[in-house]
Amino acid sequence: MSDLLHLSIYFGVVLGLSLPLGRHLAQVYGNRPTIMTPLVGGLERLMLHLGGCKVDDQQKPLAYLVTLLMFNALGAVFLYGLLLLQGILPWNPAHLPGLRPDLAFNVAVSFVTNTNWQSYGGEATLSPLSQSLGLVTQNFLSAATGMAVAAALIRSLAGHGSMGHCHVDLIRSVLHVLLPIALLGSLLLVSQGVPQNWGIPVTAHTLENQAPITIPQGPVASQISIKQLGTNGGGYFNANSAHPYENPTPLSNLLESLFILLIPAAFPWAFGRMVGDFRQGRAVFMAMTILFLGGAAVLYWAEQSPNPMVTDLAIAPMANMEGKEVRFSVRDAALWAAATTAASNGSVNSMHDSFTPLGGMVAMVNMMVGEVIFGGVGAGFYTMFVFVILTVFIAGLMVGRTPEYLGKKIESREIKLAMLAELTIPVGTLLFAALAVVLPAGRHSVLNADPHGLSEILYAYTSATANNGSAFAGFNANTVFHNTCLGFAMLIGRYGLIVPVLLLAGGLLDKKRLPVTSGTFPTHGPIFVMLLVCVVLIVGGLTFFPALALGPIAEHFLMVGHGN
Amino acid sequence: MPGILTSLRLFLGCAILCGLLYTTALTLFSQAVWPWQAGGSLLVKDGRVTGSLLLGQPFASARYFHSRPSASHHDPHASGGSNWGPSSSQWREALQQRIVAAGGTTVNPVPADLVMASGSGLDPHITPEAARFQIPRVAHARQLSEDTLQQLVRQVTEKPIMRLIGAKRVNVLRLNLALDALDKPGRTASPP
Repeated sequence: MSDLLHLSIYFGVVLGLSLPLGRHLAQVYGNRPTIMTPLVGGLERLMLHLGGCKVDDQQKPLAYLVTLLMFNALGAVFLYGLLLLQGILPWNPAHLPGLRPDLAFNVAVSFVTNTNWQSYGGEATLSPLSQSLGLVTQNFLSAATGMAVAAALIRSLAGHGSMGHCHVDLIRSVLHVLLPIALLGSLLLVSQGVPQNWGIPVTAHTLENQAPITIPQGPVASQISIKQLGTNGGGYFNANSAHPYENPTPLSNLLESLFILLIPAAFPWAFGRMVGDFRQGRAVFMAMTILFLGGAAVLYWAEQSPNPMVTDLAIAPMANMEGKEVRFSVRDAALWAAATTAASNGSVNSMHDSFTPLGGMVAMVNMMVGEVIFGGVGAGFYTMFVFVILTVFIAGLMVGRTPEYLGKKIESREIKLAMLAELTIPVGTLLFAALAVVLPAGRHSVLNADPHGLSEILYAYTSATANNGSAFAGFNANTVFHNTCLGFAMLIGRYGLIVPVLLLAGGLLDKKRLPVTSGTFPTHGPIFVMLLVCVVLIVGGLTFFPALALGPIAEHFLMVGHGN
Repeated sequence: MPGILTSLRLFLGCAILCGLLYTTALTLFSQAVWPWQAGGSLLVKDGRVTGSLLLGQPFASARYFHSRPSASHHDPHASGGSNWGPSSSQWREALQQRIVAAGGTTVNPVPADLVMASGSGLDPHITPEAARFQIPRVAHARQLSEDTLQQLVRQVTEKPIMRLIGAKRVNVLRLNLALDALDKPGRTASPP
């Protein structure tokens, strides 16, 4: 009962904040003045000048796509270089060496694609300069990239005849949305005890035997705030938001878990406003909500259930506390896990590897359906749009009419591109995971035996392709093989969606909006919502059932069998 | 390629704004407003840093309350959990050993958090049950009454906000510092 209350309070706050934020996003991408303009107007003019554009500039779809890819490529090269050269660059008080090329490649791709998969432990690998100038920059820009793609897509649906300008969208996403909220969040986090300093390690002597220990420090709060807000998820420390320095109190935990869903939940509302039909946004939001609450409920239940492997031991009160922190209850950990995998955040406040098999499976399914359950900032919306196209198409087949969405005809080009986008996640996940299982270089990295070992590999490649970034962390990903394969999985997962989605948007842009007739299938009602949910689960999820059966499902039944 | 220079210019502008100015401004502001929190919540005792109130430390002697097991031996440079899966036989064996070491029996079972490793390896807290479980041992080693320790544990127990946000918990370092202060009145560490 209190679980239900806990979940509804959390989701109520997400809902309550996402509505006004959706309105704000609609102003931002309508290129109108916002409540932030008085504060950031000057900065915006400066950045627009640097980007060589004006607020109402327009690009053709292909130009938009090329600009976006170029901007991301520049970011990747810059970060790669910064990490390789870390050893000779300033602001490196612990004198950490540069990264190996395979690791630097993996990290650069990981942060540019908004994945924030981490093969390394931050506290022992990266200097404050690499963390701030390298990673924090990409935390902002990869989030802005996702938001820009979503904005361009929404504009082409709204029928204003233009997709906007990539640089303008990037700049306005950062200045009007990400930066102000991240600043506010950082301050709240510092007040709770998240460090924010110049990163000089502190030597301490422990209370019991005066043993000297070195405590790493750094500008942590500024990074944690944006990694939660931008569905990035890459922590300052190895243990991510389970680390007491990243997430010291229940209040910081509440704030960080709210940040996970905040912007992704606002996008459907912004969409509704920008296309001039609130109900369309509501339908998408409802579908996401149903999928989220369903997953969260199963996760709550799974993590609260006793583990039959250990119920005979002299432990009471019994709880699944392995890999979890005392200041967050099992409940907080389950909620976080549901949110972080539904949105493509990937930060963790507990170790998913030690979750019950079914709990871990929900986390995987959340990612496998393509990060559409709110999903990444912007990315969740545009990926869900692909499912919307498919749903409209399937509904159209059922009623025997040409499918259309918001008055735009969905024809063979749209369906081809949608299917191309749809194949991204299965290809990236299953091909690479199969490769890793077959090759000894891939298998070496698992920690746990049997079905759980398969789950570790499957989780890693799902997380990378879905640009989530969380892990079954017993898996040692920091090998040349996995750094390389995971890097490519992340690239496929990100651009295998962005490219077809922007091409789709470009095609829709030029289509005339047809008037609604009695034959039009309504895309704002409960029937459409349920159809959309089913398409997500069947088209997105069912592909993975065989793999899940060999991993978490097999492990679950082995455990239940042990109990009897 | 037309436009690559403007893209580069914009990128560098963003890197300076988001990577350097944002971080630096926040650091300066936080150091001024919350110097203790921004500095890592460090505890100073007799002029030396004893650790951070937020980071768990290892305790092994009978005279102190023990922290949760840590997969990284409480090394602040290697945070992380054991990552053992729920069906792992190694995990089960580790639990059995820890139960014996903690003195758990079927009539006196050990609370879960005291034998299961934390997610960070640096969990500063234990549950109040885990603290009470250790009271007889600590009372015996320090020649203190169990009532005194019960009271001490009650004093340092932190409660969830509105009974809903977070969990009941005891900071082990704070509890052990308070314990030492019972022996030597007037020489306590100083959290503000």
